[in-house]
Amino acid sequence: MHMLVCGGTGCRASASDMLFDNLKKELQEQGLQDEVQVVTTGCFGFCEKGPIVKMIPDNTFYVSVEPGDAKEIVAEHVVKGRRVERLLYVDPVNKKQIADSKGMGFYKKQIRIALRNCGLIDPENIYEYLAADGYEAMGKVLTEMTPEDAIQEMIDSGLRGRGGGGFPTGVKWQIASKVSADQKYVVCNADEGDPGAFMDRSILEGDPHSVLEAMVINGYCIGATNGLIYIRAEYPLAINRLKIAIKQAREYGLLGKDILGSGFDFDVEIRYGAGAFVCGEETALIHSMEGERGEPTFKPPFPAQSGYLGKPTNVNNVETFANVPVIYNKCAKWFAGIGTEKSKGTKVFALAGKINNVGLIEVPMGITLREVIFEIGGGIKDGKKFKAVQTGGPSGGCLTEKHLDTPIDFDNLLAVGSMMGSGGMIVMDEDDCMVAVAKFYLDFTVEESCGKCSPCRIGNKRLYELLEKITKGQADKEDLDNLRNLCMVIRDTSLCGLGQTSPNPVLSTMDNFMAEYIAHVEDDRCPSGVCKDLIRYEIIPENCVGCTACARNCPVNCIAGERKQLHTIDQSLCIKCGACLEKCKFNAVAII
Amino acid sequence: MKTWWKQILEKIYNFSSVNYNQMGEPIMTKIKSLADLKKIKGDLQSKIALREKSDKPEGRVIVKVAMATCGIASGSKDVMEYLVDELDKRNIDAIVSQTGCMGYCYAEPTIEVTLPGNEPVVYGYVDLKKADEIIEKYIRNQELVDGIIPVNYQTIEKDKED
Repeated sequence: MHMLVCGGTGCRASASDMLFDNLKKELQEQGLQDEVQVVTTGCFGFCEKGPIVKMIPDNTFYVSVEPGDAKEIVAEHVVKGRRVERLLYVDPVNKKQIADSKGMGFYKKQIRIALRNCGLIDPENIYEYLAADGYEAMGKVLTEMTPEDAIQEMIDSGLRGRGGGGFPTGVKWQIASKVSADQKYVVCNADEGDPGAFMDRSILEGDPHSVLEAMVINGYCIGATNGLIYIRAEYPLAINRLKIAIKQAREYGLLGKDILGSGFDFDVEIRYGAGAFVCGEETALIHSMEGERGEPTFKPPFPAQSGYLGKPTNVNNVETFANVPVIYNKCAKWFAGIGTEKSKGTKVFALAGKINNVGLIEVPMGITLREVIFEIGGGIKDGKKFKAVQTGGPSGGCLTEKHLDTPIDFDNLLAVGSMMGSGGMIVMDEDDCMVAVAKFYLDFTVEESCGKCSPCRIGNKRLYELLEKITKGQADKEDLDNLRNLCMVIRDTSLCGLGQTSPNPVLSTMDNFMAEYIAHVEDDRCPSGVCKDLIRYEIIPENCVGCTACARNCPVNCIAGERKQLHTIDQSLCIKCGACLEKCKFNAVAII
Repeated sequence: MKTWWKQILEKIYNFSSVNYNQMGEPIMTKIKSLADLKKIKGDLQSKIALREKSDKPEGRVIVKVAMATCGIASGSKDVMEYLVDELDKRNIDAIVSQTGCMGYCYAEPTIEVTLPGNEPVVYGYVDLKKADEIIEKYIRNQELVDGIIPVNYQTIEKDKED
């Protein structure tokens, strides 16, 4: 028999380690330590009701277990074989106790559709994909459906583009299918550029065949026989696995001439990108594939009319494609049953930043940020206070505590001043300065602007300089007005999505954290202690024991003081690297 | 990689009829219709089901190592090599295979161990020491060890969900 005790950060904060010790002690007292093992586990994703104890093999699931309950669990459950009823989970709806974790699927807030095979199959072995219903959707569409039916199914499913824009995928296919041309192209956009986002990479590394399968379906629907995958050369493992997948699919006749005897030909090629953020924009991506500079052009004409080499081209993102085979395997109605009214299905997010369970999650649309961050994500690191979450990368915005209960979908996120984006979710705690965060994203945009249109090329640089002025404490109130005005101009006059959305991080932090901007400008103070020019490190005399750790680690030797004597920092030499704060074991260094 | 191919084809799927070229890669025959595809899928699935459901002690242990960029960056390649070598040295009949990201990037390297007749168990923070512990305690004696990551998602097969 085994007892699994949750050792996730959330549960440990409610004394799960003490519970662990008590259980061990009780078992020892009863002489059962050899028959029953107590084991700590990672986060169950149900921190709200922690600490959690799961009994194996009977799968009893105890919630909110306190260290004092150990005795009863051992005496009742282990010795007498009776469940401790008061510790069972009570369904809030029908007030029934649920004993068996088999009936507890509801606490699992994630549903894996795009990630269905990631971490389960060997991505380099086509057999494993075939065993997991692989290429069956393609077979069904190619041999049993007309392109029109297949497109209608896609429209009915309500799938929207997962690259960030949220354009209905079926409608996009329909537009491309109606243009007549001798040659059309299907393009998979694998140019994932948002800082902190790695969903597309993980899908390509974990399940490359699903993308290939969807591209064939897409080709059949719009009448294209050529597929191109545009992927950044920075993803060598994903490229390698894609190459293996393409080779295997060709060998099996799942790519190439007369696929599955349907008379339909389709093949896929890989094109490498040099890792420019703007090339995620579809017109820039197409130019880059043509060998031109990766610069966007004005739409219309849309790629569906005139894209790669002037031919009609349909561009979809990796995650969008990964959803496609499931829709045909299950049915559009099933897919449309998940999510919210206008955003169907699930979304993959890359959780990063100051959160305990950094990783890849897939949740149904309509889930709240609170559930994502505090349940699945396991809460904020080191028990700090939640401050903001950045979604949508450099084009998105920051959401704060008041948005925690907003259901996540395309339209809701836009309404609160952010966007879905490709799915990066960076969590920030009380130690993050929002002005510095805005500056970080602007730094990225300035670097990545292609330079074609002046609002983006010059405007973003000026925005960055204004932010730098603020973080140095050299700005005045007028600069804040200028900052906002400049944001509006860039947003309204830039050529492509990059420039139109680049002021979002500034605007959303100004809307939600104006007090921080004012503190920087009026009081020359950085409330979070991040902006180097506005802080200084000081030694607190009461706490300093004279251990010399700070002085020994100071890279510029600006800390003076003898052994067992009070140390002092020479502010004129200090470079504010923070090494002293990190090394001090006595809380004697403070940021002022 | 080629050796896994052979290993997996022969051991798991029992595809002894597959011929190999000089590079050690299987020579494929083309799938010609949807019916063909479904037949192959059925074959593969029944072989996998057989492998997973067998309670016999001679059933094989399946170990999957998450080998996406996040895992490899945290050392999953070393763990995989260690598992392949050690399981072989200790005469445990196991198949070690790679897979993609399981989503628990905070706990990389992660591995999934399926003992014959048991539900798969995912372990996080698997370094060489942990891998040794898992082999000795879990794989040999079916004793669970610390560091299990509970499954916290639903799969699309609604009827099969836990």
